[in-house]
Amino acid sequence: MTIWNHYYLPSTLDEAIELLNQTPGSARVIAGGTDLLLDLQQGRHAPVDTLVDVNQVREMLVLEMRGTHLFIGASVPLNQITTSELVLEHAQALSEASGLIGGPQVRNTGTLGGNVAHALPAADGTISIMALNAEVEIASAQGLRRQALNTLFLGPGKSALDPHGEIISGFYLPVRKANQASGFSRIMRPQGVALPVINMAAWLERDGDRIQDIRIAVGPSGPIPQRITAAEDALRGRPYNEESLSDGLKAMLNSVKFRTSPQRATAEYRQKLAGVLLREVIQKVWQRAGGPVSHVV
Amino acid sequence: MTDQTLIECIVNGKQVRLPARPGEMLAEMLRERLGLTGTKIGCNEAECGACTVLIDNKPILSCTFPAVRAQGRNILTIEGLRQISGDEDHLHPLQEAFILHGAVQCGFCIPGQIMTSYALLLKKPEPTAEDIHHALKDTLCRCAGYPTIERAILAAAEAMRTGQPVQPPQIQESARAQKVIGRVEMRPEAVEKTTGAAIYTDDLKFEGMLYGRAKRAGIPHGRLKKLDVSEARNLPGVWAVLTAEDIPGDHYHGLVIPDWPTMVGIGERVRYVGDTVAIVAAETKEIAAEALDLIEAEYELLPVIQDPVQARKPETEALHPGGNLLKHIKVRKGSTEAGFEQADVVMEHVFHTPTTDHAFLEPECSIARVNDEGRMEVYVGSQIPYADRNQVARALGWPEERVRIIGTLIGGGFGGKEDIMGQIHSALLANATQRPVKILFDRHESLVVHPKRHATQIRVKMGAMRDGTLVSAETELYGDTGAYASLGEKVMTRATTHSSGPYSIANVKADCYAMYTNNPPAGAFRGFGVTQSAFAVESLMDMLAERLGMDRIELRKKNALRVGSITNTGQVLRDSVGLVECIEKVEAELHRLAGPDPFAPREVEGSPHLVRAWGLAAAYKNTGLGGGAPDKSGAEVELYPDGTLEVRTSAAEIGQGLVTVLRMIVAEEFGVRGERVHVLLSDTDLTPDGGPTTASRQTYVTGNAARGAAVALRQALTSMLAEKYDVPPEQIRFVEGLAQVNGQEIPLGALATEMQSEGRAPRSMFEYWAPATRPLGEEGDMHFAFGFGVQAAEVEVNRLTGEVRVVRIVAATDVGTAINPLGLQGQVEGGVMMGLGNALTEHFILDEGRVVTDRLARYRIPSITHTPEITSIIVEHATSGGPYGAKGIGEIVSIPTTPAITNAIYNAVGVRVDSLPVDQEKIAEALAAEKAG
Repeated sequence: MTIWNHYYLPSTLDEAIELLNQTPGSARVIAGGTDLLLDLQQGRHAPVDTLVDVNQVREMLVLEMRGTHLFIGASVPLNQITTSELVLEHAQALSEASGLIGGPQVRNTGTLGGNVAHALPAADGTISIMALNAEVEIASAQGLRRQALNTLFLGPGKSALDPHGEIISGFYLPVRKANQASGFSRIMRPQGVALPVINMAAWLERDGDRIQDIRIAVGPSGPIPQRITAAEDALRGRPYNEESLSDGLKAMLNSVKFRTSPQRATAEYRQKLAGVLLREVIQKVWQRAGGPVSHVV
Repeated sequence: MTDQTLIECIVNGKQVRLPARPGEMLAEMLRERLGLTGTKIGCNEAECGACTVLIDNKPILSCTFPAVRAQGRNILTIEGLRQISGDEDHLHPLQEAFILHGAVQCGFCIPGQIMTSYALLLKKPEPTAEDIHHALKDTLCRCAGYPTIERAILAAAEAMRTGQPVQPPQIQESARAQKVIGRVEMRPEAVEKTTGAAIYTDDLKFEGMLYGRAKRAGIPHGRLKKLDVSEARNLPGVWAVLTAEDIPGDHYHGLVIPDWPTMVGIGERVRYVGDTVAIVAAETKEIAAEALDLIEAEYELLPVIQDPVQARKPETEALHPGGNLLKHIKVRKGSTEAGFEQADVVMEHVFHTPTTDHAFLEPECSIARVNDEGRMEVYVGSQIPYADRNQVARALGWPEERVRIIGTLIGGGFGGKEDIMGQIHSALLANATQRPVKILFDRHESLVVHPKRHATQIRVKMGAMRDGTLVSAETELYGDTGAYASLGEKVMTRATTHSSGPYSIANVKADCYAMYTNNPPAGAFRGFGVTQSAFAVESLMDMLAERLGMDRIELRKKNALRVGSITNTGQVLRDSVGLVECIEKVEAELHRLAGPDPFAPREVEGSPHLVRAWGLAAAYKNTGLGGGAPDKSGAEVELYPDGTLEVRTSAAEIGQGLVTVLRMIVAEEFGVRGERVHVLLSDTDLTPDGGPTTASRQTYVTGNAARGAAVALRQALTSMLAEKYDVPPEQIRFVEGLAQVNGQEIPLGALATEMQSEGRAPRSMFEYWAPATRPLGEEGDMHFAFGFGVQAAEVEVNRLTGEVRVVRIVAATDVGTAINPLGLQGQVEGGVMMGLGNALTEHFILDEGRVVTDRLARYRIPSITHTPEITSIIVEHATSGGPYGAKGIGEIVSIPTTPAITNAIYNAVGVRVDSLPVDQEKIAEALAAEKAG
């Protein structure tokens, strides 16, 4: 009884998709495996016949500018994302989030694709790119398609991806324009599982003293990772001041039903921290959005 | 394409070609197939970092890295590091720096630490402290040598940049230093621990070895009704499945009370989730695991006793024939009633502390095999080898002499490797199969099964006069000793006798109820009960000082135990009471660092929500068993013809540095350099009984035994020379490996040869008996020595989120004499970090007897990122009976930390933490309520 029987290391997307199709039902895609392997080892996931390892799939290791977007291959290790100048320039929220996932060793194997595919409502990577309006690229026998990231999630730990024929191959993040910026913060507790009590990412565009446009994602704020559009609406077009922030927070607390996680946090604590994080994140993003845009391409 | 059936990669510069194996991780491939056992598996769940190796120069966790993924890649393990420096005969600067700086303690995490550090230095040749904390965040060290690890990396980086030798640390030598004693001495086994050559039990393999596993009940309380092992027995590859009826000898074991069933038999009671109902030996780990799944057990479930208060209620079912009360422990001195009547101020409060786990990074492992003479050999890293021998022999129904315990290196103990874990099971299986059997716990099993630190409820009531004189102290303790006695009675006795703090109080009454429950057993854990009661009493001392309007330092000084004081148990302290000096030293340092009022809250500039303040706590802790228990240790010293010496004893090296201490003592007595003395530990055939490695006793007790043996051998050599050269013995000197007689210099080795030629062995055995102690309840000396410690903690509390960070610790410790200042530093810093974990991170959670924190991912121990700046001040009030004046320090260094931190939190934001661990949510809640109110 071993946790897998066959292991494949395809080097192209075509090979990977073909493998999935050849072994219908019995194959699973493995990226960094920092979650999946533990689930297999600890019996939370039944042993699998075939693992299709996508860490060496060429197309999924690319990190580059593609026109109006930054493309990040799903197999790019988190450490590379954390230290990438391009990501820092265009998606600072992701830089910050990816630098906090796991530890340094885990980030050398862990990938953004894996972080997102797990569909956890408070995955740091996912939350950060939700706020960045990311699109996900999915590969299947029919070829590549792009769709909004939020269409990927069905429920806690459940993604809309067909595990037997589809692979997340990468992410498209809009390039940052003048007066735009993003950021990510989270609050942990020192005991127990290293999941955030709450995390938050924001992207905003600044027009002088006004918040021209804004996106905010918070985890865990529901069964799936999500943006808090009510808070965004309350802040959009408003001056950056205490009154706006306070309205934004009210809108957030009205629309989000924070839940209690035993031994981690009560809903009330999360509500309180939502206010702390909202101020912290928006403040730092606001300041960043005032700065000049450099040209890293 | 085809699946990966072959792994071709480069390991430490050599091409490797191996067939792929389904399910195999890289750590297994390295350890099992390439024999590279320097890569350690601490948790097997990607949490601890011990398995870190480099792949294409990047550190990864090999325990969760599929071996096949190494295809085509370049792997570097600890064994390959030497060649990197271009010279295989020399250590890499990182290895050298870790040794020089004393960063190596138990050693189990060190390969991972060094590999992670190496990867960092590849990227950042000139790292900052922040870079180091960032890179080593998830490479855990439970000895918590984090500050020395950081200094070692900085020193190595400098050496690598400059090409100069690694700079040694600045270490204050003992004020009582002699030739060797009190000076910096390198840990003898440090080299092998930094190269990966160090052998821990799981690194051993024997021809034909089987893998053993235990079937755990998995229910907290019930009766075993049916057990069917037939399918498991029939599984190909299974060599034996044993149940209670297959035990040839005693069915129960236990260090003090044999109440712990080696296996629960049909009709018998299961008392906790970790109870064993059957054991299996199979050809592979996988088959053994499969066999466990085929065992069918049926239980009648019984109501779960969750806590000691519930356990004491008369209507609660009795778990043991004698009921649920393991022991009612009483301390009585004077009349507390009269005391409270007299007192101007009385304070009372109830505190709670949780169960905590040792989380030593090396999980339990034992290998048993029947040797050619039909004797049972058990290889194990045990804190009490002779107790293992006794318990294994009794289970087999054999005379003790037919069992030999062979100690291996121990990857951390902290009290958690005193009880029997797999030793009896592996011996039973080896006996049944006549093949060597290895039982290795995985982290999950380790967390669920082995004894923990007692959870407690402690009520403290103290009365004082307006001038601060303590006149009365009453404490009531409940200790959760779990399913079996282990060392519960002893632990809770220590908690009780220390429960009114290191103070002289005329009237004391303490009652403790050590209760059986359906939780995992609780036993020895660094601090041995005093960790819990010190938290309670030192919190109350601060509350009392506030009520009195008195400075907390003054209150403590006023009542501190001094020479001539009488303890709670009626012991007159005759020497070595450095408490007041510890208080004064910490006080002076606090004023130096923070001005006249260090305890006042201060906002962090630019961040008004962050508030800092200092807090302080004092403690004492006995050295040695005490309480009337005979406390003795044996050691043997032998001189070899090559002039080297060996000292032998069964005392254990668990990372605390005993090997170094014993080496130094023998070197001192013979006037030789440390490296001329070899130390052999923990082999019941070859080493005399050193007693348990517990109660901070080994430096004192076995130190005295080694010294006694060395002195006896030196005297034998002296008389031989005196006779031969016809000189008075007092004119003979031993200097630098030579005996000086009449102006002549004779090498020590020649003396060994000469003694042998006279038909005498050049060795001497010494059995040291520590000063007799009295049982609790009888006045007189309950202990022969106490260590004292005072610590101050500076914390930073976030008023918005309740988050707490420890910024700085000042620790003053009265150690008697600092035998090895380098090792002492590791003990102080590691002890502080363990105390910090006890305050902030550690919470072993049970839910109706089931273990919630059953993975390291759920039970968090401090990481380098939690490490504050630690200033250690050594105070040396020699104790007359200790070797060169030394007393135990392993535990005292850890005890004041927690209350110092919680007192600091109170000083910063006014929230009193009375239940551990510190809960940031509760702090935030209390602050919000205060604001609203």
